[in-house]
Amino acid sequence: MKIGIVVFPGTNRERDVAQVTEGLLGCPTQFLWHQQTDLSDSDVVILPGGFSYGDYLRCGAVARFSPIMQAVRQHAERGGYVLGICNGFQVLTEAGLLPGALVRNRDLKFICDWVHLRLENTRSLWTRGYHAGQVIYVPVAHGEGCYYADPDTIQRLEDNQQVVVRYSDAQGECPDAANINGSLNHIAGICNQRGNVVGLMPHPENACDPALGNSDGLKFFEGMVTEALAFT
Amino acid sequence: MKFRATVQITLRPSVLDPQGVAVRAGLQQMGYAQVEEVRVGKYVQLELEAETEEQARQQVDRISDQLLANPVIENYHFDLVAV
Repeated sequence: MKIGIVVFPGTNRERDVAQVTEGLLGCPTQFLWHQQTDLSDSDVVILPGGFSYGDYLRCGAVARFSPIMQAVRQHAERGGYVLGICNGFQVLTEAGLLPGALVRNRDLKFICDWVHLRLENTRSLWTRGYHAGQVIYVPVAHGEGCYYADPDTIQRLEDNQQVVVRYSDAQGECPDAANINGSLNHIAGICNQRGNVVGLMPHPENACDPALGNSDGLKFFEGMVTEALAFT
Repeated sequence: MKFRATVQITLRPSVLDPQGVAVRAGLQQMGYAQVEEVRVGKYVQLELEAETEEQARQQVDRISDQLLANPVIENYHFDLVAV
């Protein structure tokens, strides 16, 4: 199984992801430059964090029209696995592969911190290693991470259990103080209805190596690799 | 023919605008207590070639809908003049 990490001009977290998928998990990983028109046989596509196209106009707005996005869209429509982290999540919403939008943080600050996340949907490829209600501690780094969608869309996300992770406190409760950026319903990550496309603002890839003191995020990738190896 | 379009993009009323709130707080500190609401948007100027005004209008509308604004969170409107 091969993992493809899409690199736009301004992407800067691609090596963080590769360090986990290849460095820790030994899964063949390649970088896909945004000008490519195919995914070079990647089975799983990851859109990493950063500031694609300088975040100009809106985060992810210009990256959405990069040549490779057509291939990413087709891959997703065929049921292929796609994960968007931070800026990658913003690109997926701009591209319409995930509903809603990410807008400026409620308190205007760029937030670079550690947060607790409560796992909600643990049926996705990325979250199977966790149990529902489990709380993990991972970093965040974003200025535009406030999840917004119209009330009908929010209702649909909740009804279909498409919320993957929510900002919470260490106990898994969701008081307003735990909602770092003002996201509706504390939403930190969602999936599409089919479950093959997942996007989240926090960075599980930066909490994987036990040598760094916290590997809460490792199961995000471990589950995916185990599962994918099982059916290839 | 050449046309100039000026596109104004604003957040939908239902979307929180923390930038606007911050600007209002600044204005209040300056003594403009009468300012009740501020919404911050974007302004984009385009110059384009088109055969007719109608064609230019359709193009700018498509451009605004596809890229300049995100209909999930923003509204837009534009003015068009021949130059």
